[in-house]
Amino acid sequence: MASETSAVDPTGGITLDDYTVGEFFDELIDEHGRSRPDAIQLVRMLNELKVSELQRRQQAIERSLYNMGITFTVYSDDAGTEKIMPFDIIPRVISSVLWHHIEAGIKQRISALNRFLSDIYSDQAIVKEGLLPPELIQDVEAYLPQCVGLRPFHDVWCHVSGTDLVRDASGAIYVLEDNLRCPSGVSYVLQNRLVMKRNFPKLFGASKVRPVNDYPSRLYEMLQKMAPPHVETPVVVVLTPGTFNSAYYEHSFLAQQMGVELVEGRDLLVIDNQVFMRTIEGLKKVDVIYRRIDDDFLDPEVFRKDSVLGVAGLMRAYSAGNVAIANAPGTGIADDKVIYAYVPEMIRFYLGEEPILANVPTHICARQDDLRYVLSNLDQLVVKAANGSGGYGILIGPHATDEERREFSAKIIANPRNFIAQPTLSLSRVPTMAGDSIEGRHVDLRPYALCGPEDVWVMPGGLTRVALRPGSLVVNSSQGGGSKDTWVAAVPGQTFGLE
Amino acid sequence: MLSRVAESIYWMGRQVERAENLARFLEVTHNLTLDQPEETGEAWGALIAVTADSDIFQSSYGQSGPEDVTRFLAFDDAYPSSMISSLRSARMNARGVRESLSSEVFEQLNDFYHFVLSASNSPTVESPNDFFDKVRRIAIQWAGVLDNTMPRDLSWHFANLGRLIERADKTSRILDVKYFNLLPSVKDVGTSIDDLQWSALLLAISGFEAYRREHHLIEINKVVEFFLFNRCFTSSILFCVKGVLDSLKEIETLSGF
Repeated sequence: MASETSAVDPTGGITLDDYTVGEFFDELIDEHGRSRPDAIQLVRMLNELKVSELQRRQQAIERSLYNMGITFTVYSDDAGTEKIMPFDIIPRVISSVLWHHIEAGIKQRISALNRFLSDIYSDQAIVKEGLLPPELIQDVEAYLPQCVGLRPFHDVWCHVSGTDLVRDASGAIYVLEDNLRCPSGVSYVLQNRLVMKRNFPKLFGASKVRPVNDYPSRLYEMLQKMAPPHVETPVVVVLTPGTFNSAYYEHSFLAQQMGVELVEGRDLLVIDNQVFMRTIEGLKKVDVIYRRIDDDFLDPEVFRKDSVLGVAGLMRAYSAGNVAIANAPGTGIADDKVIYAYVPEMIRFYLGEEPILANVPTHICARQDDLRYVLSNLDQLVVKAANGSGGYGILIGPHATDEERREFSAKIIANPRNFIAQPTLSLSRVPTMAGDSIEGRHVDLRPYALCGPEDVWVMPGGLTRVALRPGSLVVNSSQGGGSKDTWVAAVPGQTFGLE
Repeated sequence: MLSRVAESIYWMGRQVERAENLARFLEVTHNLTLDQPEETGEAWGALIAVTADSDIFQSSYGQSGPEDVTRFLAFDDAYPSSMISSLRSARMNARGVRESLSSEVFEQLNDFYHFVLSASNSPTVESPNDFFDKVRRIAIQWAGVLDNTMPRDLSWHFANLGRLIERADKTSRILDVKYFNLLPSVKDVGTSIDDLQWSALLLAISGFEAYRREHHLIEINKVVEFFLFNRCFTSSILFCVKGVLDSLKEIETLSGF
């Protein structure tokens, strides 16, 4: 990564005024304080515009996001207060070389995970070969015995995924989580791009940023291909838990962009193992369901009996091959953080390849040696609940108090199977608006992938989440995180024009 | 079209129309009471009577003064038919069916709701007339957005059903209240106060200018006929019902019943 020529910089890199990288890897600025090749025009623009002007534009963008109703609901608030996800105006730039690496890594990983899902609900070859301890599978909450023997069309299980990636202090990329259940946030990617283009038309007009706007069409195409065979014009719907769900905006946005019905459980019913929706013309058959509700709530006949969000009989229709469900029921097992630790093994076992993207080294507390190590090194580790999400149930050892660490130790000892631990990564940073100055803030990256019958497609870029609090490593929107537009450079070495 | 979606769109249409009507009623009553020396309390009480929710009003406010009536009809969260409640429900309905509306329809409604919400949070409305005038303008804009950004598909027709039924309902109520509540004694009919009040009611349904063009002078039977049977006036009950019939026929054709 280091540039050998700090005196004369052949890339023409320039410095960003009053900005220091510190001991972190910065996505826009190198260790000599000069812009990375693909960010030169962006840094030049940041230097030219006053911070007050950037603030003004950022506020304008946040206002327009609010007016467009691109909000999530704050559950605890009676008035049904809605908030926008905070938006930071300074984009994150990814070079085309780096992107090729990420893209290849995600395709490989999703292919292996898909093979794993197919295997684990049928022959369990990976267990028989002794690569995955059988008790680990049985203990995963998200493992659904009801799905054993079922095979979705084209053997595709994880149709839509959003892999969380992070970079450490050296710039190396690691996979943090796979998110095969119902990854949200893709609507933010599309809307962030929309408002950035509106506010920086010149920058985009002359730039070589790869577009992201075809995601809804690609999603629709993929879903259509998943329909039961012999259905000529498949009817695709998006299934949402309803307006009170925090990601409701995204559900309605995707349905609108694809031009399909957004349905709730109460709009659907199952007759003779066929799924229908209630329309003003009468019942209409449904062939493909892009569901944004969790497995547990899908079908009260099979899973949670108290679910009012799902559709009674849906699993019967699915088993009979009369409807496709994306992602397939049972996919959630791969989101378990213990299973995550075995993905590199899956890649070797199913694909016969070495993993392109590394896992974060993971200690599995269910193993005696790992447990001892974790308990005696809590002050250096991040400990996570195996089935947690949204940044809940996490201990960030170096940032925690003695008492918090003691409490967490007790929890781990009580149920070691439910915890994993990883070293605290010094996440990479991106220059970010911080009041009236620009400061480095930690980020992650969630690229979205669509798994079709023949191949995996990865949207160029994805959601960059940023921890807005100084020093914070937690990027979740529920915990003070915001988002940034993510620019993937289209041509190697090509800079962004700003004329 | 999903039955749930049709229902939500229909109610969205009604609720926005209801908010607009309330704004017009309140604006006109504020205006009316400025140069009407006596018995202005009657005008405010009549406004409550139009809603047929006098019980609810009396239980939480008692006397019908301008401030209380304005707060009740415009900003009362607890009253489900107030302007703010109607807009909140309309927005929730629109939010639940966003994918069936044009983006502009939702955004305009979202704006509308936030505008009234921020006004309701301030202790007093500085200038009621300016405020209600602004509300009316936003409502008219919303109707324009609805008509000009939506194809004439099922969604539009259900929204149209909602707003026309609500409008016909309000026209009938305002006439009813005027005729039987406002002037219970026959001797007042035809006085100058009566003239002023009938004019105000024509204003309240945006019909004053149209009426004047057709009939010039205020005469009760002509006003009543205008309210009920005028073929051209967009708030007359006949006009609304014709529009409802047209939309119902279109819905039948489009959905292939």
